[in-house]
Amino acid sequence: MPSLLEVNGLTAAYGATEVLHDVSFTLEAGRITAVLGANGAGKTTTLRALCQMVRTGGSALFEGRQLVGRATEEVVRLGIAHVPDGRGTFTALSVAENLRLGAHVRRDKDRVADDVEKMYSRFPRLGERRHQQAGTLSGGEQQMLAISRALMLRPKLLLLDEPSFGLAPKIVAEIFRILRGINIDDGVSMLLVEQNAKLALELADRAYLLETGRVAVSGTSAELMADESIRRSYLGV
Amino acid sequence: MNAMEALLHQIFSGLANGCIYGSIALALVMIYQATHHLNFAQGEMATFSTFIAWALIQRGMPYWGAFALTFAISFAGGLLVQRLVLRPFERAPVLTNVNVFIGLLLIFNALSGWIFDHTVKAFPSPFPQESAMKTAFFSAHELGSFLVMLGVLLTLYGFFRFTPIGLAMRAAAQNPDSARLVGIRVSWMLAMGWGLAAGIGAVAGMMVAPVVFLDPNMMAGILLYGFAAALLGGVDNPWGAVAGGLIVGVLENLLGAYVIGTELKLTVALVLIVGTLTLMPSGLFGKHVVTRV
Repeated sequence: MPSLLEVNGLTAAYGATEVLHDVSFTLEAGRITAVLGANGAGKTTTLRALCQMVRTGGSALFEGRQLVGRATEEVVRLGIAHVPDGRGTFTALSVAENLRLGAHVRRDKDRVADDVEKMYSRFPRLGERRHQQAGTLSGGEQQMLAISRALMLRPKLLLLDEPSFGLAPKIVAEIFRILRGINIDDGVSMLLVEQNAKLALELADRAYLLETGRVAVSGTSAELMADESIRRSYLGV
Repeated sequence: MNAMEALLHQIFSGLANGCIYGSIALALVMIYQATHHLNFAQGEMATFSTFIAWALIQRGMPYWGAFALTFAISFAGGLLVQRLVLRPFERAPVLTNVNVFIGLLLIFNALSGWIFDHTVKAFPSPFPQESAMKTAFFSAHELGSFLVMLGVLLTLYGFFRFTPIGLAMRAAAQNPDSARLVGIRVSWMLAMGWGLAAGIGAVAGMMVAPVVFLDPNMMAGILLYGFAAALLGGVDNPWGAVAGGLIVGVLENLLGAYVIGTELKLTVALVLIVGTLTLMPSGLFGKHVVTRV
């Protein structure tokens, strides 16, 4: 299996404070990989570092191309879509406008309208609210919009920052089911950051456990789920 | 002319002035929305643009050709000013930017005087004095400039509402981080905003010059009215800016004609600015923004 993303000695800092010290991992194409860890371990920062939204060092090769030192908007052009924490929807714009913005860098403009319709059939509730301001949607709908907007890029890699955050379990289950479908049907690789380790391990093929800015444990989801210390610290069973 | 007709005349001529103030306010708001800075050089840039139009017309170019070319040159100029002068200060504190704006104000003012000298010049109106557009209440130029400004507004509305680049500019102004995450080159969107603002300013300059005559300080007073209009309308609301301009224009004319006299007209702008900031800082149509500190 070729690796889609090779991260080597990645560091990231906010001002003078270094948050990621030496993060290394690889991502296989077509798979879902989870990043687990406690609050402040550097999960969100890892995603932000890949998108060059913080000051970063080290190396992150995406299909052989170096991400470190690139501008955020150029990272996106390589086919990496990011669903940030707080969802990052344009709240004053309509649902339809948010989706069109997701396809901003695409060259095949004539197929964008079809893809918008595809999103509406995948998330019917977005279709019903297409002319509504994104800020008026419920939390779950906004998360669906954020994911749809990211998919409008037709990304090779989807970065997901806690898609379950603040949502009812039923809606989380629905969103995770759809994510699984997108991974299988469209072959979109995913890097999933989750506080909820049980949920993440059920969806992901592999997982990395971050502790204070370093990768502490890595393995397949089955291996991590069987690991006694991880069960006790992160799964609560 | 009876008292009623005189009043109507004052109101219409106030609306015509108000269009100019509204356009300058719109130019200010365009940059404010994206950067939260007020461009103090907006007026001087507009004056400089008007001088360019004057020079083109002097060289025998037909009015509307000069009008279009001036708009294009001003757009490119505004874009260039953002790229070359302001971009290095994108992350700098507000006061640094204020200094840059004042620097730009002095530079454009000096350039106008240096290149085109300080003598007061007549600037032609594209709307002939004696035409069907003229009535007892307003001159042909007043109605004409009103229509031109309306055209500018509708074009802008269409641009922001219906074009992909307009949508990208709105997104960049609203949420720069998310805009970058969908691949929008935010810094270039700011430059586009500067270009559009400079273009709108140029149109306002060309419309006001036949009335106030062209000299390097032509826009100094008008910029103050523009500030008053933008603040009164709510500095984050383009429609508010235009409405604010019309209100300021009419108010200024009525107070000038009936209450305080023409010499004190400019005071109206200052009173409005101070009054708005103290009594309702977000203006008539602005959003109340609460910041957690």
